[in-house]
Amino acid sequence: MGDAIISVRDLHKWYSGVHALKGVSLDFKRGEALGLVGDNGAGKSTLINILSGVHRADSGEIKVEGREVSIATPRDAMDLGIETIYQYNSMVPTMSIARNLFIGREPTRFSVLGVGILDQKKMAEESIRAIANVDLHLRSPDALVGELSGGQRQGVAIARAMHFKSKVMILDEPTNHLSVKETNKVIGFVRGLKEQGVTGVFISHNMHHVFDCCDRIVAMARGEVVLDKRVADTSIDEVHSVL
Amino acid sequence: MKRLFKTYLEKPELAGLILLVLLIVLFQVRSHGVFLNADNLRGILGILPEAGLVAIGVTILMISGEFDLSVGSVFALMPMTMAVLMVHGAPFPLALLAGLLVCAAIGFINGYVTIRFAIPSFITTLGMLFMARSLTVVVSGGFPPLLPIDLPNWLFTSFVGPGNMFRMSFLWFAAVALLTSLMLSRTNFGNWIKATGGFLPAAASMGIPTARVKIVCFMLCSVLSGFAGMLQVLRLGSPLPSIGEGLELQAVAAAVIGGASLTGGIGTVMGGIIGTTLIRVIDNGLVLSHVDANWFKFAIGFLTIFAVVANAWMRKRAKAIKMEA
Repeated sequence: MGDAIISVRDLHKWYSGVHALKGVSLDFKRGEALGLVGDNGAGKSTLINILSGVHRADSGEIKVEGREVSIATPRDAMDLGIETIYQYNSMVPTMSIARNLFIGREPTRFSVLGVGILDQKKMAEESIRAIANVDLHLRSPDALVGELSGGQRQGVAIARAMHFKSKVMILDEPTNHLSVKETNKVIGFVRGLKEQGVTGVFISHNMHHVFDCCDRIVAMARGEVVLDKRVADTSIDEVHSVL
Repeated sequence: MKRLFKTYLEKPELAGLILLVLLIVLFQVRSHGVFLNADNLRGILGILPEAGLVAIGVTILMISGEFDLSVGSVFALMPMTMAVLMVHGAPFPLALLAGLLVCAAIGFINGYVTIRFAIPSFITTLGMLFMARSLTVVVSGGFPPLLPIDLPNWLFTSFVGPGNMFRMSFLWFAAVALLTSLMLSRTNFGNWIKATGGFLPAAASMGIPTARVKIVCFMLCSVLSGFAGMLQVLRLGSPLPSIGEGLELQAVAAAVIGGASLTGGIGTVMGGIIGTTLIRVIDNGLVLSHVDANWFKFAIGFLTIFAVVANAWMRKRAKAIKMEA
């Protein structure tokens, strides 16, 4: 598997006695949109949390671009180019779009021990460009994220990931609580990832959304991968039957 | 124009500022012009820094999503620590440093215990309120120690400026206000404070060290409160163990009147200062307008509720002004 951007081997995770991941091995291929499906408690979120640095695996190995890595914090994951957009939205509603785009990675004019003066001009300019790049039309980067619709927020989150040149974008239930129109917009974003050479991992309960925008389907149940096929080689019914 | 209106309605300190201006006009009229004369202003500005520094610390901590009830006790403990050390022969700078370190340690304990055991900071700092007050009485030995006479009052409490309008403490206050304001609005650390208080899971998932951010805010709050307590003791000339009682709630009221949100993420240093000024203005203005001074606490209480309601209303109005997204 020379073209795998992330490959995990024999990943195990226990949560206080519950065996949540039972030896999962999986390759995420470069430039592919992968749909990860499964019921609640199937282990999808556990796998994603391990890749994004929220939890650590109890055993197993993770390789990013062929190199074995240890992902201890969300920051480690981001530094490796793995960006996660969470179900609950990784935006602070009381802050502006521009501020949200740069949370934790603010450009500074000079800094001492990691604390410094914000380069607000750069933030404003780059956020306008970042938003335009994902084809999102917003009035001003100074608007509060709390005033945006759910779909627009996901758009900003995707713009943020694109701006920081992430190689893998994990979208955890990005279409939850969205209207049909906004869902289509998010599905459009996921399709657009491929053109930009970004690997997408799309997690959803909704089979139709996954089949609409992914190249490959991986289904999980009871902590294991139970199906791994190209979209063209499977059907919604087949996926349902293994879950 | 509409956009400008919306931007201003969204400013959290607006309600407090409008109330402040209205009250100043009211008291000026009611006191027949005495309120804004130089002598009275000098009195207000001389006391303002003490409550103001505490309010700045409390406001920043509230923006980070936490709460500190121990500020009034730390306000008394810090100067008492200094006084006891000086009685035992320590020079002023050393005593000052030791006092500030005690405050920083208390702030650290407040923050560490809150985060490590995931308990509300309301509880941690309520406990600390009693503990720090008790320590103050214990180290004083029951009798307030006598302060040495060669204290550097010129650096902290002497009157300066045109017409001797300000005390030195006001300059310290202004400097701290400016620096903390810039820290909140212009540095990446300020961004982390707002993100941590605004929505903790998002801040954590974006790699912000939220525990460290909160602990630093706790420490800053304690240090500012202790420093303010020292200013008061230098002004009064005696380290009473009972100073600062009730200050914690006044500071919270000031922060809230100034637009800080109890749930975190919203607020400004300027708002905390406006809130404190409002409280000082009421305290002083009621007396000057021949109103029974016992109405003071009533007025503060009423204004706290009123300011929050007004703020919530204005924010809703601002949101209702639809701009094309």
